[in-house]
Amino acid sequence: MSNLAASADTMNIDAAAARPLASRFLSGLVSRLVIIVPYLWLLVFFLVPFIIVFKISLSQTAIAMPPYVPAFSLEDGISGFFSQLGQMSIDNYLWLTEDALYFNAYVSSIVIAGISTLLTLLVGYPIAYGMARAPANLRPTLLMLVILPFWTSFLIRVYAWIGILKPEGLLNQFLQAIGIIDDPLLIMNTNTAIYIGIVYSYLPFMILPLYAALEKMDYSLIEAAQDLGCPPISAFWKITFPLSLPGVIAGCMLVFIPAVGEFVIPDLLGGSQTLMIGKTLWNEFFNNRDWPVSSAVAVILLLLLIVPIMIFQAAQARAQEQSR
Amino acid sequence: MKSLGSIRREFAPWNDPSATPYIVFENVTKRFGDFTAVNNLSLSIYEKEFFALLGASGCGKSTLLRMLAGFDEPTSGRILLDGQDMRGIPPYRRPVNMMFQSYALFPHMTVEANIGFGLKQEGMPRAQIEQRVAEMLKLVKLEQFSKRKPHQLSGGQRQRVALARSVAKRPKVLLLDEPLGALDKKLREETQFELMDLQQSLGLTFVVVTHDQEEAMTMADRIAILDKGEVMQVATPAEVYEAPISRFVAGFVGNVNMFEGTVAARDDDSVRITGASGAEIVVGNAGEAAAGNAVAFAIRPEKIRVSSRRPEGAANAMEGEVYDLAYLGDMTIYHVRLDDGQVVKASALNSSRAVEEALSWNDRAWISFPPDAGVVLTR
Ligand SMILES: Nc1ncnc2c1ncn2[C@@H]1O[C@H](COP(=O)(O)OP(=O)(O)O)[C@@H](O)[C@H]1O
Ligand SMILES: [Mg+2]
Repeated sequence: MSNLAASADTMNIDAAAARPLASRFLSGLVSRLVIIVPYLWLLVFFLVPFIIVFKISLSQTAIAMPPYVPAFSLEDGISGFFSQLGQMSIDNYLWLTEDALYFNAYVSSIVIAGISTLLTLLVGYPIAYGMARAPANLRPTLLMLVILPFWTSFLIRVYAWIGILKPEGLLNQFLQAIGIIDDPLLIMNTNTAIYIGIVYSYLPFMILPLYAALEKMDYSLIEAAQDLGCPPISAFWKITFPLSLPGVIAGCMLVFIPAVGEFVIPDLLGGSQTLMIGKTLWNEFFNNRDWPVSSAVAVILLLLLIVPIMIFQAAQARAQEQSR
Repeated sequence: MKSLGSIRREFAPWNDPSATPYIVFENVTKRFGDFTAVNNLSLSIYEKEFFALLGASGCGKSTLLRMLAGFDEPTSGRILLDGQDMRGIPPYRRPVNMMFQSYALFPHMTVEANIGFGLKQEGMPRAQIEQRVAEMLKLVKLEQFSKRKPHQLSGGQRQRVALARSVAKRPKVLLLDEPLGALDKKLREETQFELMDLQQSLGLTFVVVTHDQEEAMTMADRIAILDKGEVMQVATPAEVYEAPISRFVAGFVGNVNMFEGTVAARDDDSVRITGASGAEIVVGNAGEAAAGNAVAFAIRPEKIRVSSRRPEGAANAMEGEVYDLAYLGDMTIYHVRLDDGQVVKASALNSSRAVEEALSWNDRAWISFPPDAGVVLTR
């Protein structure tokens, strides 16, 4: 047996050796290239920009073009490169810790994104559940309706909310008309308006993964739970909800991560006193023209978000193992 | 299993007029839209009975179980359990448990948690739950798998977890929907006996759904044969096999030969049936068949004798030729084409090694059978 295997091995090697070297090299290259493509993509469109941003975050502002030093150039040769390297510092990061503004902006972003995510989950779960339990022939239509808003520009939809929420807007007109309130509700330029904006804008990102998780769940599990003496509400918490957790986590990550760095919604709906890191970054970049500090802000934001992304990936891996 | 025979012989509450049935379906109809899945069905099942619902796929077996478990309500009619009308009682308050066709094990819970789920719902103290779960694990021989998740088990192991989970609460009635359907043949046969043991040792009432007639015959005290949502016959396996009441039942269970004809004369219990080709069959136990009735005479292959010469003194004998034959070792199956064209199946047990009158393809042959070897079917 082992002899046979050994001789088969030698035969393979012989056959391979007999092939022209060039063709072997080429076929190896092709198979390697297939694996390399996604890495190349990440390298060019993620890692390189990140390194550039990171490098800028270690530079100093300057009245120049681009507005920071050092701006590595090849003209100075190797020695110039090293002398410029010496000019880099972590001062900008230290600066972020010195001014409480940044810390508050990070915390406030995370709190606002967290609350918005929770609200989106509360709104999205019943919708996804209803869709998953709807007659099978109705589900594609319902899915279409969830995705439909994407066909209109995000910016326009957020502007539309101004028209709805402002003191003389549609909502207040309606509530006053039916006599629920006398004075208009002041929703615009508050955090409430931001929550509304984020929940509305990101709802599809919550619904889709929730729907996917709930739809593939076998309904006979609920029947089995009921059969064993479990009333429907308790069956929901013991069976349906735990089994939809991968969807819950995916949905929450898809909402939370972009919401932390959200700029448009707080800028348009939240008014001037809103503190969110996306706005801070915008101000540093465009108003103060302080590229290094805004780059440092971005790098810290990225590091903050890597934690939830890793939780997300762990959950995905676990879900995959379970669905085997 | 060994002692089973003697207990079983005495168990026949359906023959006792004073016994009250435990489960009663009373004129139950179930419609889905304008499709009638169960049609005006009545059925009685007794306590501690092993009752099988046998029928082709789509005949409404699962629907019957689901109505008993409370997942579907009958469109009309009543279901009584221990004398109580079950209408409006939700599944979680019914003293029945179901083993699902798909097993429906909770994928996020361990084997242990799956089995203990119903007990926890009941509010049983933890120590007691642990004890009962251990007992159940032992019963289904899965002790060393208690901490596994369902996806880490084989099909047969999952089946046993599902079984353990459904009996853990000691329900009065256990409903089993094709419990062995997903197992391979060998495992299925072993598990049939395990189920029978379990039912005996726990003293439960089992209602099992199957489309496999052998399975129903092996396990059940009584079988209900269903077709298109209606009951065709309810009887013990032996009765169903030896005394089917209709052509459908005779044809559904086992192999059978049918001779269509008209009752020519009736004399006490015995009748003469004339076939289309003029051949006559004398039958001793004619049931309700009256002269002039169009009937079928049904006879099982093993009740027919095949010989090369006309047997002497046989009440019924017909000539033909051997059209096909299969030697299976323990027995030989003959297909004999009678002179009127009908092909008759006969099987002969090879009880001696000597092949005294070897019949071969295209040989002339006689088939014969006594007057009481088959039944006369009017339906
Ligand atoms: N919820 C339902 N809606 C519509 N038709 C159904 C439903 N449940 C069962 N049926 C139909 O009723 C018939 C009987 O189904 P079922 O009881 O599952 O059959 P089986 O005997 O194979 O278990 C089938 O034709 C099936 O299509
Ligand atoms: Mg079924």
